[in-house]
Amino acid sequence: MSEPQDRIENKSRRSFVGAAAVAGASAGVAALAPGLKLIEVAGAAPRAPGEPASSAVRWGMLIDTTKCASGCDACVKACATENGINETVKDPRQGSQWIRKIDLKDPKTGQEYSLPMLCQHCEHPPCVDVCPTGASMKRADGIVLVDRHICIGCRYCMMACPYKARSLVHMPLTEQNPLVPRGQGCVEACTFCVQRVDRGQQPACVEACPEKAMLFGNLNDPNSEIAQRVAKEKTTQVRADLKLNLGVRYQGI
Amino acid sequence: MQSALTQRLRIPNFYWLAAIGAIISAAGTLAAFYMEHHGHQVTGMNNQVFWGLPHVFAIFLIVGASGVLNVASIGTVFGKKVYKPRGPLSGLLAITMLAAGLFVIMLDLGRADRLIVAMTHVNWTSVFGWNMVLYPVFFGLVGLYVWLLLDRKMYAYSKAAGTAAFIWRLVMTTGTGSIFGFVVARQAYNSAIIAPMFIIMSFAWGLAMFLIFQAAMYKWEGSQLDEEIRQRLNKLLGTFVAAVAYFVVVYHLTNLYYAKQTAFETFILVSGGIYPQLFWGGFVVVGTILPLLFVFVPALRSMASSSVLASIFTILGGLAFLYVFIIGGQAYPLEMFPGMEVKSSFFDGVVDPYVPSLPEFLLSIGGFGLFFLLSLIVVQILPFMPQDDMAQLRASGALQD
Repeated sequence: MSEPQDRIENKSRRSFVGAAAVAGASAGVAALAPGLKLIEVAGAAPRAPGEPASSAVRWGMLIDTTKCASGCDACVKACATENGINETVKDPRQGSQWIRKIDLKDPKTGQEYSLPMLCQHCEHPPCVDVCPTGASMKRADGIVLVDRHICIGCRYCMMACPYKARSLVHMPLTEQNPLVPRGQGCVEACTFCVQRVDRGQQPACVEACPEKAMLFGNLNDPNSEIAQRVAKEKTTQVRADLKLNLGVRYQGI
Repeated sequence: MQSALTQRLRIPNFYWLAAIGAIISAAGTLAAFYMEHHGHQVTGMNNQVFWGLPHVFAIFLIVGASGVLNVASIGTVFGKKVYKPRGPLSGLLAITMLAAGLFVIMLDLGRADRLIVAMTHVNWTSVFGWNMVLYPVFFGLVGLYVWLLLDRKMYAYSKAAGTAAFIWRLVMTTGTGSIFGFVVARQAYNSAIIAPMFIIMSFAWGLAMFLIFQAAMYKWEGSQLDEEIRQRLNKLLGTFVAAVAYFVVVYHLTNLYYAKQTAFETFILVSGGIYPQLFWGGFVVVGTILPLLFVFVPALRSMASSSVLASIFTILGGLAFLYVFIIGGQAYPLEMFPGMEVKSSFFDGVVDPYVPSLPEFLLSIGGFGLFFLLSLIVVQILPFMPQDDMAQLRASGALQD
């Protein structure tokens, strides 16, 4: 019992910190010194509780596979810790994987790559199209989510997803993180750590990457680092043939 | 105006037969509760093959439900007199098959308790969402149609209802086929031919189910279906089975030639273990060649059991096809990085070794049990036994029509 209470207290503290940050941001982003801003980790100010997500923002991620080391799974562990993915699974095929490491090898050249694969937060997500109840949804800021209250567990979204990014919760869950509701029989996937992003923080995987291979930010803000790099450097969308306009881009493959 | 010629049936051993149907249905229901309580971890399904054996059976029953109505449509919409006394039974079986199929698919949901959510939150871009309209309207239209066929005073309106039901079932099976046809992500699906292929499959599977149930009813009645009518229905089954084979050939050719899914086709037709075995042994030999032999080879088709045998083989072939299509299509890994060797902690690049568990099997079979139980009860209490006026049919030349 004590752990959830601690979390609730933490949540109140976070709300206070978040509100203070919003106040600062609404005052024009607190300037520590000319050119040096206190909060601009992700390219947009934190969202106040109750404030709707803005379509002026399109959250995205750029992954530099040349920096991503095979065998390193810091992003996977950080995701599991942040989102409370801690259940014991007898068959690993039945476990949830919001982010996973994929190793690639080009048999012709012998070239090897390693990269994290997660929900690609498509602009035109097939999972949202096929969901019978509308539980699969895309927020105005481009984050693709599942509403756990109306997901019926039909798994049609898993059939439609070209990235194997979604998992069905195959077992009863305990010890959940109150900020990240999960549930047996519902489908889930990477949320870009929406609970952190709304507080003006980075997704846990991005923060944990020791090689800084993952960059998160607002693709719609031409001044953001991610938008500038996507504009100038060669990036790849996985299965670009589907024309889904992904929020996650890769470099080096 | 007379109604369709039918009469009430007294089924010997009705209670024993009903008990068998009830036990099989109950086993399926209990299996679903077990899955609901423990989660899908007690199934063979996982995050790569997440539609398992229950989907194979549910889709067979749902597709077949549309096709079993064919018998009524041929009588009402296309005016073939031989089929008219069979219209009510055909409509009844369409309703009970759809109910059985939905029983299986609903109880396999991760949150089967949220049926009301599914009915009150509809996303119209989803083919599953369309089903919230397609299935209830099908039940309503076919129920109305059966009533109009059986009620002497209302029979005149049965053509309008029959035509509406005929059109609606084509729409419904187009929807079922499109569940797969619109899936762009996977090599096995994403093809415009899947919807018409499902329609022709519905004809064959539905007629096969009809012929078996009708044969059982004649046995329970202690009478015999006229040989000319039996051969005529047999030939229709043979024609549908051949048409299914044609569509399946075109579906695979489309994958091989147009979509260049050669690696997937090699897997499903040659190297994929259980899947090519079920395709060639189950669908091609048992589900296509054997029914065609029992329908068209004179020495075999004259056997009294040829209709039932051809129908059983057609059903087994249909289930084999769906197993390969649904489960093989998921077991084959998604191709996200063409030309690359792929491995991951989540089994990317690996064929999934799906094996159904006992609860899945019981739930799947439970669908057939429920279909049998519901149909049995209704034909015991209402007049659904077809009555052929052979003298009139011969005199009018309707047997050759």
